[in-house]
Amino acid sequence: MNTRAGLVTSGLAAIFLLTVLVAATIGPYQIPPLDIVTAILGRLAGSPVDATLDTVLMQIRLPRVAAAALVGAALAGAGAAYQTLFRNPLVSPDILGVSTGAGLGAVFGILLGLPVMAIQLLGFVTGLATVSIVAFLARILRSQNDIFVLVLSGIVVGSLASAAISLIKILADPYQQLPAITFWLLGSIAGIKLVDVAAIAPLIALGLAILVAFRWHIGVLSLGDDEARALGIDAARVRLVIIVAATLVTASVVAVSGVIGWVGLMVPHMARMIVGERFDRMLPATLLLGASFMIIVDTLARSMAKIEVPLGVLTAVVGAPTFVWLLARSRGVWVRR
Amino acid sequence: MRVSRLVRLAGLLATLWLGLGNPCPAAARIATDSAGRQVDIPDTVTRVFAAGPPASVLLYALAPEMMIGWVKAPRDAEKPFLLKSVRDLPELGRLTGRGDTLNLETLLASKPDLIIDFGTLNDTYISLADRVQAQTGIPYFLLDGRFGATATAVRLLGEVLGTRERAGQLAKAIEVILADADRVIAAVPASSRPRVYLARGSEGLETGTRGSINSEIIERVGATNVAEGLMRNGAIATASTEQIIAWAPDTLITMDRNFHADVRNKPTWGPIPAVTSGRVYLSPSLPFGFIDTPPSLNRLLGVMWLTHVFYPEQAQGNLRDKVRDFYALFYQVPVSDADLDLIINRAGGLK
Repeated sequence: MNTRAGLVTSGLAAIFLLTVLVAATIGPYQIPPLDIVTAILGRLAGSPVDATLDTVLMQIRLPRVAAAALVGAALAGAGAAYQTLFRNPLVSPDILGVSTGAGLGAVFGILLGLPVMAIQLLGFVTGLATVSIVAFLARILRSQNDIFVLVLSGIVVGSLASAAISLIKILADPYQQLPAITFWLLGSIAGIKLVDVAAIAPLIALGLAILVAFRWHIGVLSLGDDEARALGIDAARVRLVIIVAATLVTASVVAVSGVIGWVGLMVPHMARMIVGERFDRMLPATLLLGASFMIIVDTLARSMAKIEVPLGVLTAVVGAPTFVWLLARSRGVWVRR
Repeated sequence: MRVSRLVRLAGLLATLWLGLGNPCPAAARIATDSAGRQVDIPDTVTRVFAAGPPASVLLYALAPEMMIGWVKAPRDAEKPFLLKSVRDLPELGRLTGRGDTLNLETLLASKPDLIIDFGTLNDTYISLADRVQAQTGIPYFLLDGRFGATATAVRLLGEVLGTRERAGQLAKAIEVILADADRVIAAVPASSRPRVYLARGSEGLETGTRGSINSEIIERVGATNVAEGLMRNGAIATASTEQIIAWAPDTLITMDRNFHADVRNKPTWGPIPAVTSGRVYLSPSLPFGFIDTPPSLNRLLGVMWLTHVFYPEQAQGNLRDKVRDFYALFYQVPVSDADLDLIINRAGGLK
């Protein structure tokens, strides 16, 4: 059983590497695959390479593939953690309002005409702030069912934030700001740069590392607080750590990519189908699948047409039918315990 | 005959009923708008509401004294380039386009004799016009906002507002500007016309694709818009830097000052021919944009400006004089040399 899970995970890793390689060769600026290899080798060896080719490859395309992989892994990982933690298959990374919160900050930044870096920072901060408010609300409303109150608070604060976003859309200049806001809310990494990737990579790595480190605890928590306590785990504290880690990861992603739906909801289900329900096995599979899925979707987004197709649109078009299919296949897995 | 008598009687009754303060507009004549709608126009029109930003500019140029407010109040930087009498008119909100911000009661409270809209004519806007007209009883007149129809629209509105003389003057100037541009374009072989990318937004990645009203002006001056949209539908879209490199435009036009200042320092924009050769132009924006924002009469300045920028050898006359004349005629404000520097020179290519 263990070797099978190991084999499957290695297979997923191979698929991930393959998608990276293929994605690196696809793009509106035609570069023959062989030139890509020579360019990368040439760069490593320090010999001069064609400047345009170098810019396209090193400044635009590869950072974008890296960003897609980060975004996909982060959203899928956070989604998997939340789904297991809340014992609910319909939970996605933005259940506690982090996406709408980050969206509100970013959209406000666009309305104020701030520079891109400031917009991203504002999105990140408001994303974290939203989840803090949700956690605070759940704390003062503390009731028998902690998780239920937490999720409901997330929904309440999230819809408040989306109402504020709608207000900003009405106030925005319809010629300049409204299109920018709309694109941002549909998610895109068209404008992503090396610095953006460098800025979010450590935060995402930190958050995902925490999830990986706590994979056993999360698995045990999914059995219920009493079982966890019997095994000597402080359920409330571990839950807080997981929420902080997943929020950090999601807020970093949303700050640079805008709101991309479906990935965090769907990919964990795919992973669960492939390697089973155990969280410690499912998490690596989820991360690899999420990264590969996002690279494929983003490659479509940048090569389907001359203009960019928003990622949120593509993930929904791909995600909705896949999710229905997954539900049909996995009937019974999520029956009430 | 009976109908018109009834209408007049109704008008009279309404006038008596509403009191002296607001002589109710009596339907005195019928005009056909650009959408083919028959609209009852009051005898005298003195207060006009412009439903969107393009109509605002049109109304300001043709009859500023009839304006009752702005769709969006002018910013401080824009005010010196507008007539004193309209600078501080209230912001009333917009009726058309994405998301109305105008309350119909506010509209009624501002007592317009007529509502005008200038822009795309499609069933959505036509039905909106019909509904607002039915609901408020204020005649709603639609004007075709396409470039080629500009002079006609100005004359038509002149008829309706009773400012025929000024409308004729403006329409004539419009025809001269467009004919001048056509003459210059005809003298330039297609192969030596620029391939342009319109960089919108602070990152320059938003663009108006070929055929969109936001980039129409590029094609109007004979250049090629490199951005192709989906299914040939012109719209605002996002492009990736890699795609822009693949398009290899030789000229960039932007509306964003920060982007214009930074583009040379952006490594990913380095390989684009327009950036290497310094052909990156900032669209002037005072008091209205030269390229779009909004797509209205202000774009005629863009036609003159781009004709000189794209075809410096063929374009005749002095751009500064032409711009000064346009401001004097259409915006009715004098423009000093310092103002011209502010308006034009900052727009020049990167040196």
